[in-house]
Amino acid sequence: MASAFEYAPAPESRSVVDIAPSYGLFIDGEFTEAADGKVFKTVSPSTEEVLSEVAQAGAEDVDRAVRAARKAFQKWSALPGAERAKYLFRIARIIQERSRELAVLETLDNGKPIKETRDADLPLVAAHFFYYAGWADKLDHAGFGANPRPLGVAGQVIPWNFPLLMLAWKIAPALATGNTVVLKPAETTPLSALFFADICRQAGLPKGVVNILPGYGDAGAALVAHPDVNKVAFTGSTAVGKEIARTVAGSRKKLTLELGGKGANIVFDDAPIDQAVEGIVNGIFFNQGQVCCAGSRLLVQESIQDELLDSLKRRLSTLRLGDPMDKNTDIGAINSAEQLARITSLVEQGEAQGAERWSPACELPAAGYWFAPTLFTNVTQAHTIARDEIFGPVLSVLTFRTPDEAVAKANNTPYGLSAGIWTEKGSRILAVANKLRAGVVWSNTFNKFDPTSPFGGYKESGFGREGGRHGLEAYLDV
Amino acid sequence: MYSRYARRYARLVTMPTSAPAALADVTASDSTLRRFLHGLPGVDAVGLEARAASLGTRSIKTTAKAYAIDLAISMVDLTTLEGADTPGKVRALGAKAVHPDPTDASTPSTAAVCVYPDMVAAAKAAVAGSGVKVASVATAFPAGRAALAVKLADVADAVAAGADEIDMVIDRGAFLAGDYMKVYDEITAVKEACGTSARLKVIFETGELSTYDNIRRASWLGMLAGADFIKTSTGKVAVNATPANTLLMLEAVRDFRAQTGVQVGVKPAGGIRTTKDAIKFLVLVNETVGADWLDNHWFRFGASSLLNDLLMQRQKLATGRYSGPDYVTVD
Repeated sequence: MASAFEYAPAPESRSVVDIAPSYGLFIDGEFTEAADGKVFKTVSPSTEEVLSEVAQAGAEDVDRAVRAARKAFQKWSALPGAERAKYLFRIARIIQERSRELAVLETLDNGKPIKETRDADLPLVAAHFFYYAGWADKLDHAGFGANPRPLGVAGQVIPWNFPLLMLAWKIAPALATGNTVVLKPAETTPLSALFFADICRQAGLPKGVVNILPGYGDAGAALVAHPDVNKVAFTGSTAVGKEIARTVAGSRKKLTLELGGKGANIVFDDAPIDQAVEGIVNGIFFNQGQVCCAGSRLLVQESIQDELLDSLKRRLSTLRLGDPMDKNTDIGAINSAEQLARITSLVEQGEAQGAERWSPACELPAAGYWFAPTLFTNVTQAHTIARDEIFGPVLSVLTFRTPDEAVAKANNTPYGLSAGIWTEKGSRILAVANKLRAGVVWSNTFNKFDPTSPFGGYKESGFGREGGRHGLEAYLDV
Repeated sequence: MYSRYARRYARLVTMPTSAPAALADVTASDSTLRRFLHGLPGVDAVGLEARAASLGTRSIKTTAKAYAIDLAISMVDLTTLEGADTPGKVRALGAKAVHPDPTDASTPSTAAVCVYPDMVAAAKAAVAGSGVKVASVATAFPAGRAALAVKLADVADAVAAGADEIDMVIDRGAFLAGDYMKVYDEITAVKEACGTSARLKVIFETGELSTYDNIRRASWLGMLAGADFIKTSTGKVAVNATPANTLLMLEAVRDFRAQTGVQVGVKPAGGIRTTKDAIKFLVLVNETVGADWLDNHWFRFGASSLLNDLLMQRQKLATGRYSGPDYVTVD
């Protein structure tokens, strides 16, 4: 037998990015310290190395940033759409030019593989700015009547799973429609948002139009509650989303929430098996499963369960887990110790409740936060791992017998963000998709994103749509 | 003339079928064969191409690259299939196959030279004693539009001249017309004509089969009929080997072995010209079927210009600088 084909290390060069030892808040076009002088450290999840020390925003800083955004709003919203578009196009081009640097930065701060930041995150970030730049001078034709008006100051709070991409989803439509923004990145991944602040300066964006406030939940809460914020956009956990909804209730603030999910990936017996296996892997192991629209519940038709699981297990054995900076890494690090603890606890519950756990042989690095790709079989609707969002590389496998049962099980969740259908039969795709209560339904693919496509949830997965023409509505007074 | 060949090879045409025991029922009749092939899982074109493209982003450096280059060289079926082929040209090709890089004796030989049947004797002489095999395209290559008896005569000539391997083309017309049994019977007949001395590579001409579903069906059809290798293309049409169609055929040989225990080789041919491309194919092999196929007994490249690029990259790895086309031999 031939010897194995071992891939030599192929690390992306870290030298393309220059991370400063400390960063400030970005308010009114300037980097400044926090009012109370507080700072926090951001670490690389794959090594636990401290990357930088970042100013930590408090209530006073939120107020300062909202005032700056309010001041900038008047001129910014009065600019002709074509002028705002020029800034957005410029930002998009700078992102493309600096994409290698930003990809490396994101991989260091988030822990996800460079392959993903390079081939998914960064191209999508630039595409999002290009797309909404194109809308800025065409708002009259977006279906909201003549001359739709912006809302004012948008307070935006984003998660750590796609730091720069979530920023793009929030900032691009807000600026295109004439709003100004105060954005709080997650405390574990503040760096790419601060680099984006630098890009805003490079693009000559007027001061105060974009303000970035790294910080913790208290800063987010202060931003959401600030009386001079007109619009609140949040992506994150359902628990925090509910808290935000309570905070803004009774105010005039417009709210969009993009929350958790427990996506069903439904594989029928006539599915293209090899591609379905790829789709399942991409659905749950993309970004270590830390994706709100992950296909975390595999619903497989009972008649092909064994065949499919054999193929899936064989495929999982080829996944390459390790140094996220290596270009051949498929599975990187979990974003934080806290998230790792949550995944571990849910997986233990899965085992305790009698589901069968399986992982491929896989060596985890000694330092950093890691979790092996995991598969649970013998899972029923009653198991916690079939109901709660795990937000990690853990797939629960359930079976069904008929299309009706598949739809019933897929919809039997408090969430409703995403779903996937795998079948070679076009009519079945359409019939099943119509019955699924999920914001995004992929057919014969999974986790495909495009700025032209609206994204958002049903039920506890939130409300409002981001992306596409629909994404404009959240930032317009309509 | 035709009747003479027909009589001579009639025995071969009526030989019993050769499907492995596990799948013997499949080839019992036209309709069982058809049902089986159409019952294979469908192929989603977008997903298949996306998977092939994503494996194409693997970064193969330093020691891994050196290993891959030597492996690729050892897997080349160094090919000349021109109307203008002469014994002299074939001799030069044979010498190149045995010692691809005259400046570096550590360079592995290629797997085989691949020639038309009338050049087999010349090729045999050129590689005598080296371990390099002689493969011959037969069966009215590349169109395959000839009577079965003519095709079998073509094969018999090549085998008689000492060919170690026969690269046959299937009857794409019959396949596209849905006459799977005709294709099957032809392959089994050619397999018989190969006897025990020659391994059979079955060329589907994937560019003419056009859909991935067809390529999967053809792969199973070829393996059921006793192919030792399944091969993408002749190199004579617009679309030849691609990462996606090769990935699909690798999946087919993987699944066939799982069901029957029989291992079948894969040969992408045509259009693979650079080391970078060749390494992408080896990554496909590595991550789809694994180490069992990383050997020139089970995987080949049908190519002519690829070898010189592999040699230049090999020299670059050894010396740290690029040499240029004047530092590899032109044959």
